[in-house]
Amino acid sequence: MSEMPASRHIEPAHDTVPQLLLRNAVIFGGRPAMREKDLGIWQTWTWTQALEEIRALSIGLYVLGLKRGETVAIIGDNRPRLYWAFTAAQALGAIPVPVYQDSVADEMAYVLTHAETAFAIVENQEQVDKVQSIADRVPTLRHMVYCNPRGLKGYDQTQLQSYTDIQAIGRDELRKKPELAAWWEAEIALGKASDTSVMLYTSGTTGRPKGVMLSHENVVVSGQNANLFDHYTADDTMVAYLPMAWVGDHIFSYGQAFAGGICVACPESPETAIEDRREIGPSSFFAPPRVFENMLTQIMVRMEDAGPAKKAIFKYFLEVAKRSGDKLLNGDSIPAKDRLLYWIGDKLVYAPLRNRMGMSNLRVAYTAGEAIGPELFSFFRSLGINLKQLYGQTEASVFVTLQPDGEVHPETVGRPGPGVEIKIDDKGEVLFKSPGVFQKYYKNDEATAETKTADGWVRTGDAGFMDSRGHLCIIDRAKDVGRLKSGELFSPKYLENRIKFYPEIKEAVAFGNDRDYVTMFINIDLVSVGSWAERNNVIYASYQELAAHPEVYAMIERRVDELNAALSKEPRVASSQIKRFLVLHKELEADDGELTRTQKVRRPFIADRYAPFITALYDGSGRASIRTEVTFEDGRKGIIEGDVRIVDMKLHAVAAQTPVREAAE
Amino acid sequence: MKADVDQSKNTSPAKGDIILAVKDVSLSFGGVKAIRGVSFDIKRGEIRAIIGPNGAGKTSMLNVINGFYHPQVGTITYKGEQRQQMRPYIAASQGIARTFQNVALFKGMTTLDNIMTGRTLKMHKGIGWQMLRMGPALDEEVRHREVVEKIIDFLEINAIRKTPVGKLPYGLQKRVELGRALAMEPELLLLDEPMAGMNLEEKQDMSRFIIDINRQMGTTMALIEHDMGVVMDLSDRVVVLDYGQKIADGTPDVVQADQKVIDAYLGVAH
Repeated sequence: MSEMPASRHIEPAHDTVPQLLLRNAVIFGGRPAMREKDLGIWQTWTWTQALEEIRALSIGLYVLGLKRGETVAIIGDNRPRLYWAFTAAQALGAIPVPVYQDSVADEMAYVLTHAETAFAIVENQEQVDKVQSIADRVPTLRHMVYCNPRGLKGYDQTQLQSYTDIQAIGRDELRKKPELAAWWEAEIALGKASDTSVMLYTSGTTGRPKGVMLSHENVVVSGQNANLFDHYTADDTMVAYLPMAWVGDHIFSYGQAFAGGICVACPESPETAIEDRREIGPSSFFAPPRVFENMLTQIMVRMEDAGPAKKAIFKYFLEVAKRSGDKLLNGDSIPAKDRLLYWIGDKLVYAPLRNRMGMSNLRVAYTAGEAIGPELFSFFRSLGINLKQLYGQTEASVFVTLQPDGEVHPETVGRPGPGVEIKIDDKGEVLFKSPGVFQKYYKNDEATAETKTADGWVRTGDAGFMDSRGHLCIIDRAKDVGRLKSGELFSPKYLENRIKFYPEIKEAVAFGNDRDYVTMFINIDLVSVGSWAERNNVIYASYQELAAHPEVYAMIERRVDELNAALSKEPRVASSQIKRFLVLHKELEADDGELTRTQKVRRPFIADRYAPFITALYDGSGRASIRTEVTFEDGRKGIIEGDVRIVDMKLHAVAAQTPVREAAE
Repeated sequence: MKADVDQSKNTSPAKGDIILAVKDVSLSFGGVKAIRGVSFDIKRGEIRAIIGPNGAGKTSMLNVINGFYHPQVGTITYKGEQRQQMRPYIAASQGIARTFQNVALFKGMTTLDNIMTGRTLKMHKGIGWQMLRMGPALDEEVRHREVVEKIIDFLEINAIRKTPVGKLPYGLQKRVELGRALAMEPELLLLDEPMAGMNLEEKQDMSRFIIDINRQMGTTMALIEHDMGVVMDLSDRVVVLDYGQKIADGTPDVVQADQKVIDAYLGVAH
C-alpha cells in the first residue's frame, strides 16, 4: 500500500469514510468501486459513479429532513445501494445502524427503538413488512426507504419512498441549485475522525443486544491497518456476502474498501454467493469455520459420485498435499520429489478444487469466530489456500490478533495486529488496546464501564496467554477458567481441545480446579483406534476391551506425553501438564447425560457420576473400579462394571521461566 | 432494487372485461361425460379458481380452454371472438399459457433453457440465422434473454439458473414451469394445481408469486387447486364443478357457504 497517499497529506482531510469517498473519486475515479450481479450480468460502478449515486441519495435524504446526529437503520442483504446508504448518511453527519436482515420483528423493534432511528433504508418488501409491523413501537421513525419495489405497489406510500425516487429528488435539487455540490462537500469536510461513524448491535448471547459505537477513526484506521497487514491494494476485489450488521463485513467490505480503494462485489442473492465468488475470484475471503466445513463436506460428497480413476487420483494427491502443502505455504524446505508430486497434484487436483471454491485468485483467507478444527484448517492450507486465523470482536473494530504469513500455528490466533497492545490480567483474561477500540455502548454506561477500563483497556471476556513465540492462545471463556491449588491458572477446555487434536482421542475431561495437579479421563476414538488395531493385529471384542488393551494404553500414554512436552514449553500452561490419566471403559454418551446434545462434556455431571475414579486419580492408587448404569440404544438400562488402570506420567521440566513478552507492536 | 417485471397492469384493456366466456360446454369421451353444460366466464385481471372433488372435470375444463380438447357442445368466446377449431399452439399464440398438474419440463435442460423455450413463439428469425447464432438472431436472443432473466429474478430462482431441472426438488420445478409459462407473457395463465405436492413453505412462496404476478403484471389467471385455504385466500371468484356440472359460482365467501359445495366435498347420502 506504499503508493497510497496516507492521511498525513495536508488538505483535505481523509479521516472519515465520506472524505475517503471524495479522495477515491479523484485518485481511483475510473476504477471499479462496486459490482453487483443483476439479471445474470455483473454491473459495475466506478468510484466516480459511486460518488454520484451517494451524493444524489444523500441530498435526497437531506431534503426529506435527515439531520446531523440522527440514526438511520439499514436492513438487507449486501447490496451496493445499502452500502451507499451508509456513506450518504455519514456525509450528512448521521449515523447508520445496520440491522441483521434475518432478525425477527421483535429483535428489530428493540434495536430500532434503542437506537432511536429516524430513517430506515431497507432492501425489499420482506423488510418493509417487518419494519411496518413494529413502526408504532418506534416513535422516532419518520421515513422508510426501500430499494426493491417488487410487491410494494399497493402499500400506503406516505411514509414509504423508493430509493430511486429519493435519488431523483437529490438529482433534481442539484440541477436547480448546482452550488449544492459544494455545500455537500463542505458538510463532509465538517466530519471529524472522532465522530461516531456507525453503531453495530452485538448479537448478544446473554441479555439484550448492545449498540457498539465506532468512530470514523476506528473504521478507517482499522481498514488501513488491515490493508497494510495483508498488502491489499486498489487492484484487489472482495466479495461481500456476510451480514452487513456484522462488524467483520463492515470493516472488510466498507472500511477496508474505502481506505484502499478496493472493489467490493455483491452476489446476486445469498444462495448464489458461491457461484458468484467463482466468477469474481476475490483476492481475500473471510468465513466462520462452519463455512469451510460445508465446503469440505461438499467436495467430499461430490467426490463420492466421481469415477474410480478420479477418486484414486484425488485420494493419492490429497495424501501428497497433507505431507507437503502446509510446509510449502510456510516456506519450509521439502524434498525435490515431494515438490514435484505437489506440482503435479496442483495441476490435477488442487487448482481445479480452488477454482471450484472461487479461490483461484485468493491471496489470503481468514477464519474466526470459534476454534477451527486443526484437520479442517490443514486441509485447506494443504491445497495451497493461505487460510489463517484471526481473533477479534466488535469492540475492537474486528482486529485484535492475526496470523502473519509464515507463522501460522493452528493452536494460536496469531500476533497482535498493527497498533494493538495486549495484556493478560492476573485472572488470565485478555485485555487489549488498539486504534479500533470502540467509543462506548450506546445508552449503556454501565456495560461500557464493565468492559472498558479507565485507562483504555478493553476486556475481551476470554482467557488466554501469550506463548513463547509471541502468539496469543485463547484457552477459554474467562469465567470458565479455574486454578490449581498452587494458584496457577487451569483451563480444562484448553487441555481437552489440545488432546483431542490427536485422532485416537475422541473425548477428554480434565480435572484440576482446587487440586494439586491435573488429571484426565480419556475416551478413545473407536474408528481411529479400531483401524489402528486392525493394522497392528490387536484383537479385541468390545470397546471396553480395546480401551483397556495395554498397547492402546501405551499409545495414549505417548500422546499425553507429547502434549505434556508441548505444554512444558509454554510457561503459562506448563503447570497444567497431565499428571495422571485413565482411559474410560465406556464412551461418554449424550443418552447417559454425560454430553450435551451438541456433544459438549458436562463436566460437573461426569465428576459426580465417576466420583470413585476421581478419588482414585488423586489418592495415588494404580487401579480404579466403578459400576455405572448405562442406557442402551433401545432405551433399556443396564449396569456395566469398569476396572481401569491409572497411568502416572513423568512430567517434563518447565522451560526456563523467561518472562513472557507482553507483546506489543 | 432489481429492475421489476413489466408492470403492464395499468396499460392493459380495462380490468373487469370478460376475457374468456365458456357457454354450455359439454365434453364426453365415448360414454364418459366429463363436462356437462358448464358456463362461466373469466374477467380480465382476476384470479379465477376452478375447484371440485376428484374427477369433477377440472383438468378437462382447463384442456378445453387451452384448446387441447374440443367440446362437442357449447361455445368458447376468447377476447370477444367465438372460437372455431382450436389447437393448443393457436391458444398459445393468442396469449394463453399454462402449467401442468405433473411437471412437464425438459429434464436435461437447465432452468434458463427451459424458460427460454417459453419465448419460442416470439422468436422470428429464420432457423438459418438461429443456427449461426449471430447477427440478428443473436440480437433477438439477447432481447429474449433479458425478459427471461427478469422472470428468473422475479421468481427468485437465480441460484438454479444453470442447474438441469431434473436435479431440482419438485417445488422448484413447479416454479420453473411457472417461469416458462410467464415467458410467453400470457394474457391468460392457466395453472393446474400449482401447489400440489408442496410443503407449507413452498405453498406460501407460490401463493406470493401468484399474487405478485397478478398484481404487477396484471396477468389474468385461472387455477385449479385442491388446497382450499389457498384457493379461498388467492382467488377473486371460484367456480365449483362436481361430476362435470357446475354447482356453484361466486366469491370465495359465497361458495364456501353454499350447501351444494359442502355436500360435494363432504359427501351426502344419494
